[in-house]
Amino acid sequence: MKQWEVVIGIETHVQLSTRAKIFSGSSTAFGAAPNLQANAVDVALPGVLPVLNKGAVACAIRFGLAVGGEVAPRSVFARKNYFYPDLPKGYQISQYELPVVRGGSLPIQVGENEKTISLTRAHLEEDAGKSLHEGLGAAAQGRSGIDLNRAGTPLLEIVTEPDMRSAAEAVAYARALHALVRWIGICDGNMQEGSFRCDANVSVRPAGESRLGTRREIKNLNSFRFMQQAIDYEVRWQIATIEDGGCIEQATVLFDPASGETRAMRSKEDAHDYRYFPDPDLLPLVIDRQWIEQVRADLPELPAARRERLMTDGGLSAYDARVLTASLDLANYYEATVAAAGTENAKACANWVMVDLAARLNREDREIGESPISATQLGGLIARIADGTISTNMARKVFDELCSGGHGASADEIIARQGLQQISDSGALTALVDELLAANPGMVAEFRSGKEKAFNALVGQVMKATRGQANPQRVSELLRQKLG
Amino acid sequence: MIELSLTDIAQALASRRISSVELTRIYLDRIARLDPQLNAFITVEPERSLAQARAADDRLARGETQALTGIPIAHKDIFCARDWLTTCGSKMLSNFVSPYDAAVISRFEQAGAVLLGKTNMDEFAMGSSTETSCHGPTANPWALDRVPGGSSGGSAAAVAARLAPAATGTDTGGSIRQPAALCNLSGMKPTYGVVSRYGMIAFASSLDQAGPLARSAADCAVLLNCMAGFDERDSTSLDRPREDFARELTAAAASRPLAGVRIGLPQQFFGEGCSPDVMQLVEAAIAEYRQLGADTVPVSLPSMDLSVAAYYVIAPAEASSNLARFDGVRYGYRAPAYTDLTDMYCKSRAQGFGAEVKRRILVGTYVLSHGYYDAYYLQAQRIRRLIANDFAEAFRQCDVILGPTSPSTAFRLGERAADPVQMYLSDIYTIAVNLAGLPAISIPCGFADGLPAGLQLIGNYFTEARLLNVAHRYQQVTDWHRQRPAGHA
Amino acid sequence: MAPVRGCGGKNFYDTLYGSLVYHLSDFVTMSLTLEQVHRIAHLARIEIDEIEARRTLDQLNGIFGLIETMQAVDTQGIEPMAHAQELAQRLRPDCVTEDDQRAWRAAFQAIAPEAEAGLYLVPKVIE
Repeated sequence: MKQWEVVIGIETHVQLSTRAKIFSGSSTAFGAAPNLQANAVDVALPGVLPVLNKGAVACAIRFGLAVGGEVAPRSVFARKNYFYPDLPKGYQISQYELPVVRGGSLPIQVGENEKTISLTRAHLEEDAGKSLHEGLGAAAQGRSGIDLNRAGTPLLEIVTEPDMRSAAEAVAYARALHALVRWIGICDGNMQEGSFRCDANVSVRPAGESRLGTRREIKNLNSFRFMQQAIDYEVRWQIATIEDGGCIEQATVLFDPASGETRAMRSKEDAHDYRYFPDPDLLPLVIDRQWIEQVRADLPELPAARRERLMTDGGLSAYDARVLTASLDLANYYEATVAAAGTENAKACANWVMVDLAARLNREDREIGESPISATQLGGLIARIADGTISTNMARKVFDELCSGGHGASADEIIARQGLQQISDSGALTALVDELLAANPGMVAEFRSGKEKAFNALVGQVMKATRGQANPQRVSELLRQKLG
Repeated sequence: MIELSLTDIAQALASRRISSVELTRIYLDRIARLDPQLNAFITVEPERSLAQARAADDRLARGETQALTGIPIAHKDIFCARDWLTTCGSKMLSNFVSPYDAAVISRFEQAGAVLLGKTNMDEFAMGSSTETSCHGPTANPWALDRVPGGSSGGSAAAVAARLAPAATGTDTGGSIRQPAALCNLSGMKPTYGVVSRYGMIAFASSLDQAGPLARSAADCAVLLNCMAGFDERDSTSLDRPREDFARELTAAAASRPLAGVRIGLPQQFFGEGCSPDVMQLVEAAIAEYRQLGADTVPVSLPSMDLSVAAYYVIAPAEASSNLARFDGVRYGYRAPAYTDLTDMYCKSRAQGFGAEVKRRILVGTYVLSHGYYDAYYLQAQRIRRLIANDFAEAFRQCDVILGPTSPSTAFRLGERAADPVQMYLSDIYTIAVNLAGLPAISIPCGFADGLPAGLQLIGNYFTEARLLNVAHRYQQVTDWHRQRPAGHA
Repeated sequence: MAPVRGCGGKNFYDTLYGSLVYHLSDFVTMSLTLEQVHRIAHLARIEIDEIEARRTLDQLNGIFGLIETMQAVDTQGIEPMAHAQELAQRLRPDCVTEDDQRAWRAAFQAIAPEAEAGLYLVPKVIE
């Protein structure tokens, strides 16, 4: 049986979070009624002209800096010519020979292995509109409807080298990129709304072969699960085809989630002659050093640096640091929690965020940004555990209380209001313990005869008598003293 | 009244010697009477023009007078005008009522000018004779069996026949200057970027520039003052301080008003390509300029011979892409019968575009297509650079370049329609200017066999005011520009 | 390839044209084929029948005869010129400038060949 190597390169269309479109003043908000966000420029009336949105360029610079790429001091917009009803001008304004970002890389992790994916380029372009085939009225039989609301939405197309060797690596890359573009605030990452769409170029070759096999491009993968399924299917299909004596023809394919299969697209038969040329309506995009430095100064600390710092400052494990830097919101939440709890409690904060809070958010299907408990509240709570004011068990009750009670109260207020403070005071506890020992001579005898179980039962009695408020550590210390 | 300069008309309006409504009626009547034999206008809507004239009269009554308030102006049908049919001379847009105003239209409206009508043109401005219009050819008022030039031939014929006091045009390879020459008018193509292209239906975006067609250089200055100016909606619009293009014209006439001006005579304009009778008139104009005090210096534009070749790559390439939006989906012509989407595209475009437009789209598609881009498109852009460099070099030795506008006077209708290459060579002297993006003006310089010939003056970037002055001084001592065609009383 | 000329008479164009194409014999000039005409017509989405294609082929070869003159020029090291001015792209602030889109849509779709429920309609798109 021959060994096959899978080669994958990914092109991602990242919708940039600008207010207005890339070449017109229309809104980019999602979900408007058809063609209500399509002005004269978007509809491509005769005589209209494009003017570039500075915000879109700023996003491209942010990305270039975040991946360590080169932000081109001069880049050029080109026209990509083809006919399609959702492409109103008959060409897409994109960048071809001189893109705004060249090079850069993104580290990914698959299981225990780390790998760096090299980026070829990232370029600015405009999105097309949408063709709707379903749900049209009876009068529109055999018709498609064209909605140009999305036409002209700014996109950053990010292209990798063919560096990935499995569907798992491809998905890890897509996840890392997805996290990064949200981290640096250039994309909302909403995959259902199409804000982050991947095309995977997949080919296979016999292991050891250095030439690339013929690739097929799987278009418009808008979920990580579909990406995994589509690539897995495509790889199996390509290997089977070659092993059956067939050969792979370059093609654009679509993934059908229902059947789990990929199939070649029928249209775009002359897709290979886009007749690119510099757009005469747009002058070269010039980005000076000063602007780049300004953007760099505004850039948040990047995930890798943040991970490094969480490990050094908070003593977190690599795993914890990775989980907590999955998104900027999560990382910021965690750090705000630590700020409220005290740095010495970093590890406890990590646990609370990753376990208790994560479970709660998961149950309620919320994002960290919608957390029912603020970082300050959680940090305050963790501080009270650390200083012994409440027990961990009590803390869980307070946590639930804070989560359901809105953001009003602090942990201290709830602890005080409900009298949940731990009883650590030796005087009060000594009296209780004496009382208990006097009332349970049997248990004392059992313990003295070597039954460790009886000791736990005695502690339990004290806890019960204090409705859980006694500091269990103090209780056992006192018991040992008395029984010792 | 119809022979008054724009400045004089403005004075007559300001002093209430005539109202804008009266003036507009004069021209509407002339159009109704004389245009049937010229076909200079595509659309005339008397009631709308008169409504604008009434509004202008109100402004005049309030003393809110600008240079063009109340003056009727004809616009080439390439400018989108809100609620006006805007066809660009094409069946493709024969039903296109524009929902918005071009920048040029807005500027005239803000100045209080009256929109007199939309003029005929070569389809999508592709042509040098106004014969490719879907509305039929326009006749030259100087000889009805001859072309008025193109593509702004409707505007030129209208002003020459006094159907409008002045008009707008656009110039991609000579489309203002060549019709000006063939119709005995003054017509200027400004520096690329001086007039906003917003709302001007694109032919070749890196070459297109709007400008005035009028009866004198002085009138051109008045029109340009209105048309020019920064527009944030056009990325190629130049953000420059406002200037008065007529500022040099008002200086008192001296005996040698052009003393110190160096006029460059490129050998390439005086070779064998030009008809002898036109050349004779150009030589006489040079003599006149020497009388006016100008010095003449020989210059050379060695790459100019290549301008037609480079132009017929660059312009069709840009056009093939610019005209892709005419696909029968959102506006314009859609074929009545088709089998599927691709067939709808192919039939709508085959039926909606005329032969010359299709030819140029095919040339443009070819030169941009895979494997040919470098040999054609890039090579043409490099030659474009050589041509621009030639001009830069020449302008180190002179202030203004002078030569013929067109190698011949007006040719007969149909004479060159069958041979595109012949037609393309009509623009041999004008095309290089567009490639370089320079300003140039064509002014009348005499007649050969009763047909007008044009003199072209080319300036360095942003020297419109000086060019207009150099033209104006010539018009102060000659009366070629005052001649009007017979038979259009 | 001999230049295609539609005009036999002697006038100043003959000389002019002659001077433009005299280089042609110095290098190989490409001539279009009928198949290429059909291919570019399809790329440009312009229906063209066989008779038209033949006529177009002749005309295009004539035009390319003119264009080919520039192939003789050595332009090595010359930067292609895409714009008339050496300027940088001006940038627009990221602001939404549109309001009353309902009225605009109505105006835009009033001139559409086919529109319904706010959508432009086209023959069914097959992906």
